[in-house]
Amino acid sequence: MRIPRLLQAVLVLLFVYFGFILVFDVILEAVIPASLIIMYMFFVTAGVFMVFTYDEEQTAELVAPIKAMVEDPSKRLIRNIVFVIVPLAVGGGTYWQMQPSFEAPLELRTIHPAPPTTAKIYGKRVNLLKLENPYRKLEKEDPEQFRELIDEGAAVYIKNCQYCHGDKLDGKGPYAEGLNPTPLNFQDVGTIAQLQESYLFWRITTGGPGLPQEAAPWISSMPVWQDFLKEDEVWKVIMFLYDYTGHRPRSWEHE
Amino acid sequence: MTGPRAFRKAPALALFGLIFALLALTFTGFDQLGPLASEQAAAEQVVAADAAVAAPYAPAPKLTAADYPTIAGVNSRVAVWIFAQLHLWFAAFVLAVPIFVFIIEIIGMRTRDKRYDDMAYEFIKVSITAYSLTAILGGSLLFFLILFYPHLFGYLSTIFSESMFYYALLFFAESAVLYIYYYGWHWLQGGIRKWIHLGLGLSLNVVGTCLMLLANSWLTFMMSPAGVDAAGVFGGDTWAAMNNFLWHPINIHRFVANIAYGGSIVGAYAAFKFLTAGSQEERAHYDWMGYNANFIAICALLPLPFAGYYLAAEMYLYSQQMGITLMGGIFAWLFIIQAVLIGTLFLSANYYLWCGMGRSDGAKRYTKYIKYIAIVLVGAFLVWFTPHTLVLTNEELKALGGPHHKILGPLGIMPAKNTAVNVMIIFTALSFMFYRRANKVATVSWVNAGNAIQVALFTAGILNIMFLGIYHGYFTNTVYKVAASIPQVLTTVVVIVGSITLDSFIYKNSKEVAPLHWGRIPGRAMYALFLLAVAFTWLMGLMGYIRSGIRQHWHVLDIMRDGSVDAFTPTLGFAANVVSVAAIIFMAMVIFVFWIAQVSSNKTLPSGYWKE
Repeated sequence: MRIPRLLQAVLVLLFVYFGFILVFDVILEAVIPASLIIMYMFFVTAGVFMVFTYDEEQTAELVAPIKAMVEDPSKRLIRNIVFVIVPLAVGGGTYWQMQPSFEAPLELRTIHPAPPTTAKIYGKRVNLLKLENPYRKLEKEDPEQFRELIDEGAAVYIKNCQYCHGDKLDGKGPYAEGLNPTPLNFQDVGTIAQLQESYLFWRITTGGPGLPQEAAPWISSMPVWQDFLKEDEVWKVIMFLYDYTGHRPRSWEHE
Repeated sequence: MTGPRAFRKAPALALFGLIFALLALTFTGFDQLGPLASEQAAAEQVVAADAAVAAPYAPAPKLTAADYPTIAGVNSRVAVWIFAQLHLWFAAFVLAVPIFVFIIEIIGMRTRDKRYDDMAYEFIKVSITAYSLTAILGGSLLFFLILFYPHLFGYLSTIFSESMFYYALLFFAESAVLYIYYYGWHWLQGGIRKWIHLGLGLSLNVVGTCLMLLANSWLTFMMSPAGVDAAGVFGGDTWAAMNNFLWHPINIHRFVANIAYGGSIVGAYAAFKFLTAGSQEERAHYDWMGYNANFIAICALLPLPFAGYYLAAEMYLYSQQMGITLMGGIFAWLFIIQAVLIGTLFLSANYYLWCGMGRSDGAKRYTKYIKYIAIVLVGAFLVWFTPHTLVLTNEELKALGGPHHKILGPLGIMPAKNTAVNVMIIFTALSFMFYRRANKVATVSWVNAGNAIQVALFTAGILNIMFLGIYHGYFTNTVYKVAASIPQVLTTVVVIVGSITLDSFIYKNSKEVAPLHWGRIPGRAMYALFLLAVAFTWLMGLMGYIRSGIRQHWHVLDIMRDGSVDAFTPTLGFAANVVSVAAIIFMAMVIFVFWIAQVSSNKTLPSGYWKE
């Protein structure tokens, strides 16, 4: 028996929806957020109905059961049932959506707050557009010394940073659970790999209180490290972050 | 020193400014400006006189909230924002239409098919009313700038006095050429006259493009100022100020986008006419017109993501701050909306092509592939708009162990987006190829070999795009990551151009299955054309806001600070509402343009009204 087209469309949508849940939530154990699956399913639905309606004949077949339900006198009972159930379902859904809950409101956190053009760091006015890591050039000029500096940076990191950002730099340090938002995962390709070293320098030295006013209030428990570390220690830590994760700082020059 | 230094350099500009100032005062009334304004004007005269005696150019003024007039309780930022946006939408449309009208006229001259000439004329007819509206809105924008932001306008007009003067002259030239081009259409027909008409079309495009380039230089100066020192003191070289860092990236992006936008608006016009057509003949005509408009929109849409990416990369290159604000900072979520709208454009353009296959009796051979194209398009679309920073509930946050999603997170950065959009473009081209093939039967003996080469070309191209995206996007440093987008684009170009060229050889001397049934297309397809125009409009508004908004609290980045009470970045919701209201106003005006274009051909013969 051939499955009616309307049912086919519904089955395809259910298949895709439960496919997402099965793959992400069950197999990969990485929950697919509700906010995202709503967006995904909206456009999957659009795609399915595009395929089912580009042709007049197929469209007629698709809508035939709906048309029959609305127009066919013999389907009066089912029509009345549907006409009661649909508004009730919509009303119930709306009520359920609007009901106050104890859940904290969703947050649109942006990973990278934009830096200012200049900032006051270690008592100097620094132009962040032009600022460069003074040790970066040693990578080619004196690899041995460069390696030593990275090791020094690692020591600084382990003494100061790993409590939150983790000994694997994955944002899962011993204190991470107590923080919201959680500390940044430097292994992620979307964090330090996207940024120039000057950005990291600004973010580390000025910490949470140094964040810009735009889209305030920012929430960050990052300390103001210029109060605790020396300038060269910060640069060394930055070099360690890139070295350990295997990422390269954002630059505009080929190597 | 806060007085405007406008109109000092060129006497002609002074005249220009005087006319506008008088008009502005006429509109607002001296009373409304009040004593504060007259005192301020007097003070400014003194300041300007001092400045004239001292250095040739003064630094950018340092403003306070008191330097921004409040008029009739109007929110000056929102007023300027809406008028600038409305002006830009109409300007994009009226600059684009002559470009493809010119090309269609050439096609008509080459093929000697009068339908093309008639269509070109109808397109330009639609743009005539829009042209007047562009000028009205542009004039209003200028008034608003002078009234609400006198110091900013003064500073900019000091630097761009010459180019503003030539802009005014070019505007006259544009109007003159446009009116001769339009009203002389039926007069300049045949032989040398047609060539003269074509020459007018070319002139119209040259003048229009120059106008756009001039205006672009003013706005890109505000984003990437050049020709001034750190205090904003102008060095006297207008060209240096015009040729600023972001000028060409904006020029390229706007030129391509305008064509796509113009195509979508005339497509909406054709859809409107199709749905209101009274006869089968009319339906067939407007179906054909809609197809051509959609073709223009798609042709320009395909390279548009690359032009946009180039612009964004240049912005990032110019300023880390602007780059991060743009895509990683506060505007990141508007970029998700942008991604959704761009995906919507691709989906509606493809849907229109699929519906259009119903015009051909031979389409059945290809429609079986549509579902696979749809799967790839939707799949790529989902990657295209997957955000890097997810909106998570606390429960989800706990389940994931942090805001980073190990599978979806990597889809949130540009290499994944670039790969997805290239795939979407290639499959849109495939839809188009199937559409072209639908009504043809190849007669060459090597048709199977030709098809096999095309399959190989598509497969190799897609694999290369995936490799470039994954390897360079995730396993090399940023400079290669960004650079990999170029071979990705080139691969897409090679696949599309190669396969369409091969197709033209395969289908040389091909047979038609049956004459195409123009007009045999469901009304739904027309709504896809409307969706295309609406999505383009909204998209331009949102992205225009972002482009302007990334300057944040600066009128001219790092040179002239916005001292007004509005020197803050509004919430995304507020910005989206302003753009949406502006888009609705624009759509209402476009419907008026469509209606007025129709009214000109309506005739009423009242009986007994006139003397016999």
